[in-house]
This record gives sequence, structure tokens and C-alpha cells, in this order.
Amino acid sequence: MSTSRIASALLPGLGHVMAGRGFTGVALLLSWLTLLAVAALGWPRIAAIGETGSLDDWIAVVALVLTLALVWGWAQWSLRRQQAGGTIGESQWRIAGRRLRRDPLALIGIAVIALLYLVAVLAPLIAPYDPIAQENIVETSYLAPSLSHPLGTDQFGRDVLSRMIYGARISLAIALIAVAIAISLGTLIGAIAGYLGGWVDAALMRFTDMVLAFPRLVLLIMIVALFSSSLTLIILVLGLTQWPATARLVRGEVLSLREREFIQAANALGMSRRRIVLRHLIPNVLAPVIVAATLGIGNTIVLEAGLSFLGLGLQPPTPSWGNLVSDGRQNLIGAWWVATFPGLAIVVSVLAFNLVGDGLRDALDPRLRS
Amino acid sequence: MSDSARRPHDAAPAAHDTPAREASAREPLLSVRDLHTYFDTDAGTARAVDGVSFEIGRGEVLGIVGESGCGKSVTSLSIMRLIPQPPGRILTESSIRFRDEELTTASDKRMREIRGNDIAMIFQEPMTSLNPVFTIGDQIAEALRLHKGMKKKQAREEAVEVLRLVGVPDPERRVDSYPHELSGGQRQRVMIGIALCCEPDLLIADEPTTALDVTIQAQILELLLELRDRLGMSIMLITHDLGVVAEVCDRVAVMYAGEIVEQGDVRQIFQQPRHPYTEGLLLSVPKLGEKTDRLASIPGVVPAPTDWPVGCRFHDRCPYGWELCVREHPDLFPTGDGRVSRCWLEKHPERREQSPGYRPIGAGEEVETAAPAAGTTPAPAGEAGPRSAQRGSR
Amino acid sequence: MAAFALRRLLGAIPLLLGIATIIFFVLNLAPGDPASLYFNPNVPPEVIEQVRRNLGLDQPVHVRYVRWLGAFFTGDWGQSFAQGRPVADILMEALPNTLILTGTALVLVFLFGIIAGVWQAVRQHSWSDRTLSIGALFFYSMPSFWLGLMLMLVFSLKAHEWGWPIALPPTGITSVEYEFMGAGEKIQDRIAHLILPVATLTLVLSAGIARYTRGQMLEVIRQDYIRTARAKGLPERRVILKHALRNSLLPVITLLGLYLPFLFSGAVFVEVIFSWPGMGRIIVDSIMQRDYPLVMATSFVFAVMVVLGNLVADLLYAIVDPRIGYET
Repeated sequence: MSTSRIASALLPGLGHVMAGRGFTGVALLLSWLTLLAVAALGWPRIAAIGETGSLDDWIAVVALVLTLALVWGWAQWSLRRQQAGGTIGESQWRIAGRRLRRDPLALIGIAVIALLYLVAVLAPLIAPYDPIAQENIVETSYLAPSLSHPLGTDQFGRDVLSRMIYGARISLAIALIAVAIAISLGTLIGAIAGYLGGWVDAALMRFTDMVLAFPRLVLLIMIVALFSSSLTLIILVLGLTQWPATARLVRGEVLSLREREFIQAANALGMSRRRIVLRHLIPNVLAPVIVAATLGIGNTIVLEAGLSFLGLGLQPPTPSWGNLVSDGRQNLIGAWWVATFPGLAIVVSVLAFNLVGDGLRDALDPRLRS
Repeated sequence: MSDSARRPHDAAPAAHDTPAREASAREPLLSVRDLHTYFDTDAGTARAVDGVSFEIGRGEVLGIVGESGCGKSVTSLSIMRLIPQPPGRILTESSIRFRDEELTTASDKRMREIRGNDIAMIFQEPMTSLNPVFTIGDQIAEALRLHKGMKKKQAREEAVEVLRLVGVPDPERRVDSYPHELSGGQRQRVMIGIALCCEPDLLIADEPTTALDVTIQAQILELLLELRDRLGMSIMLITHDLGVVAEVCDRVAVMYAGEIVEQGDVRQIFQQPRHPYTEGLLLSVPKLGEKTDRLASIPGVVPAPTDWPVGCRFHDRCPYGWELCVREHPDLFPTGDGRVSRCWLEKHPERREQSPGYRPIGAGEEVETAAPAAGTTPAPAGEAGPRSAQRGSR
Repeated sequence: MAAFALRRLLGAIPLLLGIATIIFFVLNLAPGDPASLYFNPNVPPEVIEQVRRNLGLDQPVHVRYVRWLGAFFTGDWGQSFAQGRPVADILMEALPNTLILTGTALVLVFLFGIIAGVWQAVRQHSWSDRTLSIGALFFYSMPSFWLGLMLMLVFSLKAHEWGWPIALPPTGITSVEYEFMGAGEKIQDRIAHLILPVATLTLVLSAGIARYTRGQMLEVIRQDYIRTARAKGLPERRVILKHALRNSLLPVITLLGLYLPFLFSGAVFVEVIFSWPGMGRIIVDSIMQRDYPLVMATSFVFAVMVVLGNLVADLLYAIVDPRIGYET
């Protein structure tokens, strides 16, 4: 085992720096140290988890351990692969990865997203206060930002920062799952419509147009208000109203790809249509889909926040960034912090996803020559 | 153009019947000296055009031949000052004189007056070179109104005449068509019309026939020659296709790696190429009436424009090269019959016999460095060699 | 061209039908007594039962659907539960307000977005390009409701508190004393109330349009025909504004069509925040109050506006792009 491998086992990232991959090394080091810092800061709670730990706390601890293991493991694997030698093919992903690395804005976006992921997952360990505990309301309500409450308190004396941290879990989780549903469904439908053409295409596109034409918010409001505000329903409806955009995108790509020679070659080889769609078409449309998905996560966060703002999303006291802003609206002039900071959190998260989406789009663009 | 003033020009009809022109003895229309055009890229400075000099006389057709990436398109764009200036720059020691005017230092306003009016350019892709949202009549009239100050109605009538001149059938109706309603050949005719409607002295044609069928190619070339005769203009024809050169050009300059490597009269060069690159190009063209089992090819690849070799830029692909070629960069040496060649063989002719010359692909037999027989021209519109057969050269 | 327009128009009808159907079935599938669709839940159960039998509400769904469809498309939109007035009247009052808001915003979005996008494309990589890009990205990432609140906070509430010369009114479409104002003052008052809501919508949406326009212009500028235009000796301004812009506008027009749903969603939030008496606020209120007739009608009108908007965008596109008449 070389020295860099040993160093990497002790301190992920160090090995990469020694092996000349400074950038990856520093990123790994920072992630590793941050995770350890979180563990250190939250140690009292982690230690007491046997007695007082709720399900939330257990999940957070497990997630922390898993993330630590993941970072460590990836560091080892990546170093070993580099040293095993051999040629690494210049796939479009590799080229994109390189270009992405040189894009400062996209990197900031990725860092912010990583931070958000940490915050969301490790919420029980880092939130200073219980987000739903209401103590002595008279004394603690509407406190301006201070050292003990960095972002102030709301009308019930609850710490805004803690509520925001827990709110991150909800908002991000909903957005990620909804978008995952949307792109899976959208890609499948778009690919089928684009490849098969004919009446299948026409019928699917009519249906897609219909869903697209509907103002999404109105439909969402109706469904959520009339049925219930359950988490599952919200995620489902968000996902099921976003797939048309992806479907159109994929269909367009497939239409242009269909005429390309490699598809005709696959046809000539006698490949079944299903195989062509799954193994040849879909991998080639992945690039714009991923870009669209990343941007879509941003939109979904905003949409979910909007629903919560109107009181139709998750109900209080469960904190979601949207209903935090709505709370703040009641005393906008007296306690501006309650509405401002959660909104900022939304802006920053969406901004991060948009930056990464833009960066990915530029990095994956086949026409930009290096 | 219906009442075009016929300019005085030599009465020579077709290119390949004329002997070496006296054009160079008279005042040349365009004189390019020491042109250097560099591009600053992430990967370094690309010296796309690195010291190119040539002249075009009045009424003359000069061919610029070379493969993709040799710098021929960049040369033409530099003359027109159409190089985007942030990444590209024309070095100050370059000189482009057009009719006694120095173009490299001319103001933007002056260049705009010249473009389309005194020097015109047509491009390779007729399918995408016309704006899809305007009629072809509009696009021709635009040039007329800009440079000739015509009014709308007059310009439109003139546009019809221009279409007639370039051979577009039914011009009165076609003038209101959109580009997507025409075929590739017709679009190229329209492009030529746009270029010529203001009667320029010089037409730069950058691969005008590459994207067209063989039969249409012949028509377009014929049209160009006809217009050359009628209007007395000079043509700078850029192509990778030796057949086109043989049919149309009076003189030819062969470019490689940003430089001119051989320049002279078309007939001479085709009958007896002096530079090994030219030789290789000609050898790789199949000739009618000659039996060969295999074609010769030039091995290797063009070096990157960010990293030209120190010595002769062709040395790693040249069958004749020796240490001198690696060390020292050859100048353009006169070959004694009015031509120039950028090769140390001019100074050391004995080396020519010492080498077996080009080898055909895969075979072990020798191929003589004999040029095509006198009186024959290479097959028209044939491929001019492995790498030079690529499209979209710049 | 006329044939194309007609075909598009006819194509919109099944779309609207489909949308109305979706609305109907969503409401009917909602848990709860279907009779409540037509009655205030406070009415005693015997009465409901009676009326249900009378009106055939115990009929199967598809029968009800047909009858509803008939009533709906002949203009009988029923009575609002909460307000006890015909739904049609309520909508007639609210629709102009929403149209003023969204109409003004649309024009401004178009103007600012396209001008900013073209400017950025022409001056790519310059300082102004980068600043505008970052600014656009910020506004593009903002939820409209939050931006509205922040604008209200700074330019209205705090402005009043801090005594700024220009302090805009926080809510409503007109001031309380509107009736007593002179004609000129009335106009001024309306405009003052219009500024913040329109600004909110415009900022968020024009960011997206600017980004898109910039991208399209950059692509178009790379095209061969732009090179031809320059080779003709045209001044750069004409090359950009005449040749490039025409070609870039086409996809931007399509995008505007696609943006209409966002415009109306944004309008919903803006109306709620600024207490603007438009359709957006009505739909939120009516859903909260379970005022089903009003809900159905309002959602339908929203959908119609979106579909019409898209239709207009398509027609505009067809007019501007000469290639269209050929393929369709």
C-alpha cells in the first residue's frame, strides 16, 4: 500500500492531495472535517441517545454514520482506481466533470447543496432548540435576532433558526422525491411517444398538452385543499404535475436522435424496439433531463413553499419554509425576521440548484469546445 | 447590373488555357504581405495564419488549396476583417493592401463600405447562410440599398435582374421566396447574387461548391467564370478540391499549417509539383485512364496550431525529410520557373533522388513521383487526399 | 394562414373540454357528500335529501356530468355559497383587476426581459453581462410571495415608518378615500397601488425571459447567416436588431406562451399578499370556504386564459416565422 493510500485511510482527502489531485483532496478533507465537527458539537445528544433519543434522533445519527462511511469509502475507492492505472475513457460525463470543476458558480452551488443536505439530515443534532416547543410565550415571543436566538423567535417563542433547520428537511425531501417521480414518468412517456410516433405520439402529446395548459398552482390548490394535506398527496401531486415538461423535452430529443445513424444501425441489427428505447435512446437523453431535473428541483421547492404559505401544505406546527413565511406575515412590520429568513433560505437553496443546473448545462453542452 | 459598365480586362476566356499571367507584372488588385492571424484560446495561442503572402491581379482567379485547419478560411476572413476580435487578432506587421488602401488599419466604417461593395464573400453552406425569415429578394435588395443607395422599389427590380443574371429560373416570382423554398444549388446562386449585385472588384469564395452535388458544382463553377468574364472581377477561390482548382484557377497557392508552401501557375504545379505536400496531394487523387492498384496517402496528421514544430512543419509526414528539415524552418524559395516552394529540397535537390517517395497505402511497392501526364487534369471534383477531403475546413 | 388559425382554434376546444372535465371530476371525487356541491353544508339534512332527489343528484356520475356540462357551457354557473351572488357576477368584477395586473406585468416582462437579454448577448462576458446574469438568477430563484412581502416591507411599511418621500400603499387596489379624489389623483392612486404588485411579478418573470433571450441570441449570433450579413457590410446594429433579433424572438414568443401559467400562479400569490381583489384571491378564498361553484368557475376561467394566451403565442409565431405555414 502506498503512502497516499495509508494517509487516505487515516484522513480522507490527504491521500488525494498527496497524489496530486489537490482539488478533490481538499473537498474531501473539508467534508470529512465538517462531519466530525458536527459529531463533536452534537456529542451530548448523540451520547444520550440511548435514553432520550426519539426516532428522529436515531435517524440523524445513523445518517451521520452512513455519510461518514460514504465519504471515507469513496476516498479509498477513488484513490485505488486512480492507482490501478489503465485508460479512463473520455465519456461525456468525464468531460463534463472536468468542465464543471472549473466553473466557480456551479461549485458554489454544489457546496451549498451539500450543506443543505447535511443540515436537513443532521437536523436533530445541530438545531439549537426544539422547533415546536413553546415555552414561556410571554417572555420569549417575538424576540429580535440576538446571540441566544440568532434569527429571532416567532409569535409562540419558537426559535426561528431551529424551525428553519427542520423546515429544510421537509422542503428538500418533498422537492427531491417529487422531481424524481416527475422525471421518471416524463422520460418514459416522452421516449415512448418520440420513438413510436404515429397515433401513440399524437395521443400522448394531446394528453401532455392538456396537463401542461392547466395552471399548475390552481390544480395543486384544488387537490390539496379538497382532499387532504398529507405529505404523500403533496409529493404525488407535485410530481404528477411536473412530468409533462420533461416528457416534451425528452420527446424532442428522441425525435432528433431517432434519425441518427446509430439508431438506424441498431434497428438494422434487429434489436427490439423496447431494447432500443431503454438502452440506446434513454442514456442519450439523460444529459438534458438531468439539467431539467436540477432546475426543476428549484421550481418545486418554490411551489411547495407557496402551497405551505397558503396554508395548504404541511400543517403547523410542522415547520416548512413556506408556512414559516406565512407566520411571519402576520406581524411583518413588527417582527420582520420571522418572514425574512425562511424566505432567504428558500432563495439560497433554489439559487444553489439553479447554479448547478446551469453549470451542468454548460458542462454537458457538446458544442462548446474546450 | 443591367447596364453594368464593362471594365477593361483581359479577354482570356477559360482559366486553364492561359499561360502564366502578366497580372503579377501589373499593379495587383490585392496584395497580402506577411499576414499573421492568431487566436488566444484556453489551450494556448493558435497561430492559424502564420506569415502568408500572395497577390491577386485584376481579372485573375487565385486558388487557395489545403486541408482542414491549414488556415485558408481564416486568411479570407482576415482580409474582410470578419475575425471576431476578442479571441482573434491580426498582428500589426501584417499588411493587406487593396487597390492602394491598407485594410488592416482601415476604420470599421471604411471596412463596412468595402464589404459587399468592393470585396464580396460567399460561403460554404448555402443552406444556413441565408436568413430564414427574410425573402431572398429582401436580402439582395438590402445590399443594394446599403451600398448603392437605391430606393425600395428600384432595389427590388434590380434584385430580379440579379437573380436572372445568376441563373435562377422565374426570377420575378422567386424574388419573393424564402430560402427554405429553394434547393441548395439555387441558394448558392442567390448567395452569389448577393455578393455580386454591387459589382465588387474581388470575390472571395470560401468552398462554394463543397456542400453541393457534383453536377451542381459544375454549374456553379461555370457561373463564376462567366461572371468573372462579364464583370472583370478577380476571384479568390478557397477549396480543398484539386479538381476545382484545375478547372477554374489561373494560379494556385497551396497552404499547410498556416503557411503557403507552394505558389505558382496552375498548370506548372499540376504537371510538376515541387513541394512534397503538393506532390502527395496530387498522388492521392485517382486519375482517369491510369491503372493503379492502390492510391498513395500522406501518413501522419497535421500538427496543432497551438504548437507548430520549430523546423519545417511538414517534416514528420514528408518522405524526403532529413535533419535539416527538423532543425530549420524553410523560407519560400524560388524554383526557377516563376514559382516558389517552401522546401529545403530547393536548396538540396540531390536529396530528392535519395528517397523512395510516397508509398501507397499498405503496399510495399514503390510509387514513382511522376506527376500526371501533360494534357490531362486530375478527375474533376475528386477527393484531394485523405485528410484534405474533409468538409468545413477553416 | 387563416386555415392554420382556424385549425388551432378548433383544436383548443377539446382542450378546454378536457380541462372542464378534469375540474368536474376532481371536485366530484373529493371526499364528502356530493350534494354539498350544490348546497351550503349548514342546510338541514332533510332538505338536502329532498333537493337531491329532486335534482337527480342521486343519479350516477356520468349523468350528472352531462347535465353539469350543459349548464356550464350555456353560462349557468350557479350561485356562490359564501356570497350568495351569482358566480358570473363575482367573476365579472374580479376579472378586470386580474387582467390589469397580469397584463401590465406581461408587457413589462416582455420589454425588460428581451432588452436585458439582447444587451447581455451583445456584450457577452462584460461587466454588465455578469451583473445582469447574477441579478437575473437571484430573482429567478425567488418565490413571488416572499419578494412581494419584502417589497411591501421595505417600500411600504418601513417607508411609512421611516418617513420616506415615496411610500407606497401596502394593500388594496385603491385607497380608502378614493371616491373623494379628483380625476388626476384617482389615476395617481391607482398607479401607486399597482406598482408593488406589478413589480413583484415583473422582477421574477423577466429574469427568466432575460436568461432565455440571452441564450437564444447567443446561439443566433453564431449562425452562418449572421456572418453573411456582416460580410455584406451591414452596420453591427442592423445585424443585431434586424437579422439576429427577428430569429431569436421566435422561441422567446413560445416561451412567453409557456410562461403564462407561471404568470397566473404568481398573480395568485401577489393578489393574496397585496389584497388585490382579483381572480387569484377569489380562488384561494373560495377553496378555503369550500365554495364549489365559485371554485369551478374560477379555475376554468384561469385555464381558458392560459389556453387563449398560448393560442395567441402560437399565432404570433406563425406570423413571424415564414417557415411555419409550410409544414403544418
